[in-house]
Amino acid sequence: MKPGWERLRAWFLLPAWIWLWALFAAPFAIVIAYSLLTRGAYGGLSEPWTTESYHRLLDPLYLEIVLRSFVMAAATTAICLLLGFPLALFISRSGRRRNLYLQLVILPFWTSFLVRLYAWMFLLRDTGLINTILERLGLIHIPLPLLYNNGAVLLGLVYGYLPFMVLPVYATLERLDPALEEAAADLGAKPWPTLLHVILPLSAPGIRAGSILVFIPALGAYLTPDLLGGGRTVMIGNLVQNQFTTARDWPFGAAISVGLMALVGVLVVLALRRERESLV
Amino acid sequence: MEFILELRGVVKHFPNHRAVDGISLRIPRGGFYSLLGPSGCGKTTTLRLIAGFEQPTCGDVLLNGAVVNHLKPYERNVSTVFQNYALFPHLTAAENVAFGLRRRNQTDVARRVREALDLVRLTGKESRYPAQLSGGERQRVALARSLVLQPDMLLLDEPLAALDPKLRKQMRLELKEMQRRVGITFLLVTHDQEEALSMSDQLAVMNAGAIEQVGAPPEVYLRPGTRFVAGFLGAVNWIGGIGLRPEVTRISRGQPSNGARFRPATVTGSVFLGNCVHVLARLESGEEAVAEVSRGECAYTAGERVHLCWNPSDEMIFP
Repeated sequence: MKPGWERLRAWFLLPAWIWLWALFAAPFAIVIAYSLLTRGAYGGLSEPWTTESYHRLLDPLYLEIVLRSFVMAAATTAICLLLGFPLALFISRSGRRRNLYLQLVILPFWTSFLVRLYAWMFLLRDTGLINTILERLGLIHIPLPLLYNNGAVLLGLVYGYLPFMVLPVYATLERLDPALEEAAADLGAKPWPTLLHVILPLSAPGIRAGSILVFIPALGAYLTPDLLGGGRTVMIGNLVQNQFTTARDWPFGAAISVGLMALVGVLVVLALRRERESLV
Repeated sequence: MEFILELRGVVKHFPNHRAVDGISLRIPRGGFYSLLGPSGCGKTTTLRLIAGFEQPTCGDVLLNGAVVNHLKPYERNVSTVFQNYALFPHLTAAENVAFGLRRRNQTDVARRVREALDLVRLTGKESRYPAQLSGGERQRVALARSLVLQPDMLLLDEPLAALDPKLRKQMRLELKEMQRRVGITFLLVTHDQEEALSMSDQLAVMNAGAIEQVGAPPEVYLRPGTRFVAGFLGAVNWIGGIGLRPEVTRISRGQPSNGARFRPATVTGSVFLGNCVHVLARLESGEEAVAEVSRGECAYTAGERVHLCWNPSDEMIFP
């Protein structure tokens, strides 16, 4: 490459480079430093340097929260896949209506996530729309406990992250050669075997990408369990927030963050390795 | 049943056009048959109607004497070799061939896959993925994948179009030979008249959703039933309403005296083609004609007065 081009390339990369160092690497270094310090008497930080916070991570009380977060994130991913795959398949077969349906999938992003979670609260609470209608119809006499439990949190997580599953799965299904499906039918495969042996394996890259995009933010979710769980469903994100606010234990909060990030990092590396293996 | 396939007045309308407009055709068991026609003539739609990917708007498709109009592709014992082969990219060559056997819960899969790959001379490439195979090898996998199921009929949709020209000519002979060896009825769809002429036992020429003529290659080429067939199968000189192929159109300086028909003409140019020379001439009527002459014949120069001559038996006459 010519030197002029080399310089231009450097200039183009500069914003990304600054962004990465100033907004990712530097804060991450600060978080690691915090996690190795000691909690101050009135919050904040003080010396000496210690790995005490990391030892506390192994406390069964916190391990239970980590485990619950994993279960919630895994359940969210599974439900998003069960709902999202058929939806993506349907959209990819909708001909000229495809773009309309895709817009509808993206439509929720036009409003703030916070506002949408409050909307769910209005629907689910004891005096909310669903309970009111059921009561007026005489189907129930005391309100159903729809809000402030694990189910509500799971509902909110699935609702929030479903588009992140639908879009990558759609992208792989849309690129699928329709002749492959015809070839399967031609060779004697009925619709279900065709789905199982041809369409599903060929959309694996999209399913993997969608699963990563749903699982990771669901694992660190903070707003959804806070609002729809009402503080009863504590996930890793809420634990971190607690340490930095009410508990005033910044080193421990930082240690949880680093631990979460390490876990996610390992999972992504594993998923990407699978991806590389499947590329032949 | 004598006929493996019968089409009775088959019509297929799409929202915006009539792809197939009343086709009747009978194909006996065994042998190599072709549907030949320009793009958009309905030949691929006809093939898809036979395979079951489309349902006829009206008319009947019969396989082995039974109406199959509403049978799904997986309920019909015919198999298709797709234009781009449509091999499953996530399966190896052997797994592609085994796909149909597994879906039909057949036994002895491993042995039959081995035999099928042997038949198409792909032994040793069983565990390659389609992306690791050449175009010709992919086509062999597609053939093996269909033939292993021993279908009543093998449908081939422009199977040679994706190959380079040299390989294409070689595969013509191989396909023909393959058909003889397995005895399964082959139905080829193509727009390439040379392909259809060189491979088929019988061919049907299609135009605008209808069949123009059915016959053996020499019959269709030498005695075309319509002007369209004459023009589609090869070059034609139109002289006073009759058609003449360039290779039977001769040229001479003097007036021929051996009973040949002739017309005076003026040479307008010549094209050297390697194996022969095309001499272009204009008749007094203004009609243009091409005569295919051998390289050894003395050169004709533009403006020269000559005679175009031909045997009456070579004339193609249309009502």
